[in-house]
Amino acid sequence: MSSLSWMAWTKPTAIFFITIACILVAMTIWQIKAPCVERKGFLPISTTPGDRLFIGLLSSAYIHLAWLGLTTLNLWIAFIIAVIWMIIVMRWG
Amino acid sequence: MNKWEDNKAWFLVIPVFIVVAVSAILPLMTVVNYSVQDIFGPDNRVFVGIEWYKDVLADHRLHNALQRQLFFSAMVLIIEIPLGVLIAMAMPKKGWGASLSLVLVALPLLIPWNVIGTIWIIFMRPDIGLLGAAINGMGIPFDHTAAPLDAWVTVMMMEVWHWTPLVALMAYAGLQAIPEAYFQAARIDGASAWSIFRYIQLPKMRGVLTIAILLRFMDSFLIYAEPFVLTGGGPGNSTTFLSIYLVKLAVGQFDLGPAAAFSIIYFLIVMLFCWLFYQVLLKVGTGDKS
Repeated sequence: MSSLSWMAWTKPTAIFFITIACILVAMTIWQIKAPCVERKGFLPISTTPGDRLFIGLLSSAYIHLAWLGLTTLNLWIAFIIAVIWMIIVMRWG
Repeated sequence: MNKWEDNKAWFLVIPVFIVVAVSAILPLMTVVNYSVQDIFGPDNRVFVGIEWYKDVLADHRLHNALQRQLFFSAMVLIIEIPLGVLIAMAMPKKGWGASLSLVLVALPLLIPWNVIGTIWIIFMRPDIGLLGAAINGMGIPFDHTAAPLDAWVTVMMMEVWHWTPLVALMAYAGLQAIPEAYFQAARIDGASAWSIFRYIQLPKMRGVLTIAILLRFMDSFLIYAEPFVLTGGGPGNSTTFLSIYLVKLAVGQFDLGPAAAFSIIYFLIVMLFCWLFYQVLLKVGTGDKS
């Protein structure tokens, strides 16, 4: 791991990126097993599951930033809101 | 036939994936790692969690830089897109004049970005600069190194001079692609020049203009070299755009943690705009007007 010391890894960031990687691998396997079809949900555009994942992740980042910038409440609340939002986007987006 | 199993294109994509991973994904991961730590040296770091994000989001200098950046990008689009279309429409469509005008219009695009800044520093100098001295000679006090408004005017002129040719060339290509039959039909119907522009040329240029808007917005939103060379972000902070402020933070003050948090926020803003423009481009491609 010393060769990666220049990347200045920490445990939380490692967990974050491993989670993202796992989600991407799971989505790839899902795509291979059941090729996706574009569909229209409550979002104003037709989306594939990959599109919805991207929209969900990007909007989750903005939820966290808005939470940090606008409130002093615990960030875990923003995380729970973001997870619920991800589920809503993936299922009905 | 199962296209998925036989698709060997993935092997061709792997080299690109490796290059992108090394040149973009790994550095991005590093920036995320830096953004949650206070960096004192290569082996001297302290985990601070989300503190830098809180600091950066509350930093009024960042808010001001973001406002400046958005205003700058909006001005770039408002000026460069109509001007580029006008230039494209005025350029000769065939003959030696077309080739000559293409070369002349493309010239500013060939000059390196930092050289552009140097050219405009000299050009706008109030004592010896061709334009700067001329403006002062007319009795209008003009000094881009001292007055914020003059600095903005100079940065805008430099930007418009440098990048309007790109819009003009793209619009010119869009105009050239319109079949002559459209214009013949319009002439038979007695259409005015404005009607031809409004109902033939503009709709036909919709695709290239959307790409031009996307390119100019993103490029102006990420601008660094030209204004840095020209004004260094001054006078005061009047032309300190996001990237200039970021470099001051990271290189000038060596605040790597806050600079990394700032970079991630900057990245997310760019990502959002890219995605929005990408969706618009897709709609243009499909002709969907919803």
